[in-house]
Amino acid sequence: MKLLKLVPDHTNIDFMRWRNIALVLSLIATVASLAFTAYRGLNLGVDFVGGQLVRVTFTQPVDVEKLRVQVDSLHLGEASIQEFGGPKTFQIRLPKPEGGDAAANVATAKVRQLITSDYPGARIDSVDTVSGKVSGELAEDSAKAIVFAMVGIALYIWFRFEWQFGVGALLTLAHDIAMTLGFFAFTRLQVDLNVVAAFLTIVGYSLNDTVVIYDRIRENLRKYRKMGILSLINLSLNETLARTVVTSLTVLIALGVLMLIGPEVIFGLAIAIFLGVLIGTYSSIYISAPVLVWLGVQPDSFLKADDKEEEAEAQPA
Amino acid sequence: MLEFPRWKVWLIAIVIAIGILLSIPSLIAGTPMASSWPKWLPQYRISLGLDLAGGSHLLLEADQRDALKQRLQAKEDEVSTELRRDPRIDVGDISTAGGRLSFLVRDPTQVDAAVERMRKLAQPLALTGNRDWDVQVVDSTRIVLTPTQDGTVRALKDAMGVARDVVRRRIDPGGTKEITVITEGGNRILVQVPGVEDPEALKKLIGQTARLEFKLVDLSANQADVQAGRAPPGSQVLPMADGSGFMAVKRRVMVSGDQLTDAQQSYDQDGRPDINIKFNTTGARRFARTTQENVGKPFAIILDDKILSAPNINEPILGGNAQISGNFTVQSAHDLAVSLASGKLPVKLNVIEERTVGPDLGKDSIHKGVIASVIAIGLVMIFMLVTYGRFGVYANIALIVNAFLILGIMAMFNATLTLPGIAGFILTIGAAVDANVLINERIREEIRRGRRLIDAVETGYHEAFRAIFDANVTHVISASIMAYFGSGPVRGFAVVLLIGVVTSVFTAVYFTRMLVALWIRRARPRALHI
Repeated sequence: MKLLKLVPDHTNIDFMRWRNIALVLSLIATVASLAFTAYRGLNLGVDFVGGQLVRVTFTQPVDVEKLRVQVDSLHLGEASIQEFGGPKTFQIRLPKPEGGDAAANVATAKVRQLITSDYPGARIDSVDTVSGKVSGELAEDSAKAIVFAMVGIALYIWFRFEWQFGVGALLTLAHDIAMTLGFFAFTRLQVDLNVVAAFLTIVGYSLNDTVVIYDRIRENLRKYRKMGILSLINLSLNETLARTVVTSLTVLIALGVLMLIGPEVIFGLAIAIFLGVLIGTYSSIYISAPVLVWLGVQPDSFLKADDKEEEAEAQPA
Repeated sequence: MLEFPRWKVWLIAIVIAIGILLSIPSLIAGTPMASSWPKWLPQYRISLGLDLAGGSHLLLEADQRDALKQRLQAKEDEVSTELRRDPRIDVGDISTAGGRLSFLVRDPTQVDAAVERMRKLAQPLALTGNRDWDVQVVDSTRIVLTPTQDGTVRALKDAMGVARDVVRRRIDPGGTKEITVITEGGNRILVQVPGVEDPEALKKLIGQTARLEFKLVDLSANQADVQAGRAPPGSQVLPMADGSGFMAVKRRVMVSGDQLTDAQQSYDQDGRPDINIKFNTTGARRFARTTQENVGKPFAIILDDKILSAPNINEPILGGNAQISGNFTVQSAHDLAVSLASGKLPVKLNVIEERTVGPDLGKDSIHKGVIASVIAIGLVMIFMLVTYGRFGVYANIALIVNAFLILGIMAMFNATLTLPGIAGFILTIGAAVDANVLINERIREEIRRGRRLIDAVETGYHEAFRAIFDANVTHVISASIMAYFGSGPVRGFAVVLLIGVVTSVFTAVYFTRMLVALWIRRARPRALHI
């Protein structure tokens, strides 16, 4: 049986040749992405802004406009009604009611009653009611978790490699998160707690490639002391390219399946990780690696102090 | 490389066998096979999160102002009871305004004695030496009791403990359901109830304070004053539960719900739903004495500061049983009976977060999740097979074993599988092969460099391990942070990732290495097709 080789045996792609162009493009994309997110805002779910989300499956397709008029007649604020996974399933979203927690419970009860009385047989799939207090805490915890995870991982990389690698990992992560945020701002996909889980996963997984490439760079730095840093990084990238492509593909296959035929409720989570893996694959090559060049990683970065002395002695001035 | 001692082979085999054994009860749960699973084998099972099993998740927060108000009222009762005891001290103008309890001592010579008795009532707090109430004399005859900070904190903590038990008894009077009721962060209670049909009823049941009191109606009060909210000294104005106006009742409590031993829904002579209550000995005695002394007068039955009804005492009630009537339906009478029997909530609880998932959506999610998992595993396996041939087969065996191990370990720790957890499972499948990809690519590389077969395999495993280790530590960091900060479903996702990282290193590195070593030893291949 002939085995599949997606990447030929001896590649010699000069990745670093485009490093400045790639950097400029990445920088523009990151800034644009953040600016766009700031300008357009994220479509935050009830988890983060409070309010109610009711998912209903009707026995037959329902006219959205009619449903909207009915929900509006309850005077619970501006409702948004969307199809969710099929013509019979809808999600009704209500803003956080004025009047605190008790009012929120009354609102849920009203919607429930409207649906059960006007649409016999309709099934209320889920109800999420989140008060302003809880949504504020969830938003804060989520932001903290993402920042802690980024910093924690960067520190670990610093500890295992050198400080330049830690900085590289942090910049890579910032880029990946910024791009994913931009994607969510652009598509208006709802950002809920699951998407935060996805962001944290991206923090872990987008760095997967980076770590593998860094490991190879470290190995080669020890092996080829006389090689220039650019050719050394190119060599490391080419050596790990086959692995990068194969692993990214397996993860994308698994996530693609989840995205296409998995439960609708976790579509946001699946697409965010899918995207994060794609972006992470790019950034591990064009951000993690070039950063090392700019931060001045040299073949002697991994020599212990006494090794350096020995070397200095060995080479008479 | 080839030296793979027999005991190691056995150890790996045993670990895997245990993992598979542990995962089976969870896999066959709910199918007819479940009943034929031998009793002597492990019975651990993965529990399903509410988003998969269906049910309600409620986060309740204590209304601290209400807690303090209730505490102040209880203190007022305690103080009046204490001062009526022999030697009696007459007091007047009792007030609870401003979060403090204050009263006038009528006879100035008794002020010191009153202060002494108040100080005795105030409990010293453990270790700190502070008391839970400060006692002061103002304007020489007014005694003021102020709650101290420490006392308030402790009272709230105690109240939360009681509230948790009360909530549990209300949801599950029989103590048979698999519900979760835990206190969180000092002033919250988390309630998780699987398979709820009507979350509104559940919230109502939990939310009712159910403070039941019997007080005499103050007949001396002027009706116009009462409707305007003014009560004679020693009395208070309370609204009628049906909204039909107000009534003045004596402040002094005849009997309260604390002295109940049982409450049950029943019917009155006309067939209307009512509630039958039974007092304990003290309650029965007090009820008997007060009714004896007040035959012919009305008394008010008060629930959460609203008057349910105010029947006349036709004859002394001596047996310790009473009926509460009001405008009840069978359901509301039943719910109130449950609330009364479970005791009153020492603090009002508000629902600040609700997440309810219907059982059908949960089933649908499991169904779609299982199909997606199977297809994802299948496609990844095909991809590995066509890419690495024999080594792909080994990676695939490791993948299957890994899936069983994840389930087995989750079952062993009785971990909860949530919907995002299923996503975590699929993601782990995709990522677990990464270790094998790293190893196999490295072996390919070493062969290209001209190493001999065994040498190449050896170097491949050895060199790849460093990167595998570092990459997995980054996953562990992000998953741990997720598990720490995340709520329910997200935590479920993090747990699966964490377990998956550990098991995948075991299966992808040690297990495949064993398979490869055994193969090389047996077949003695000359060339490696990879």
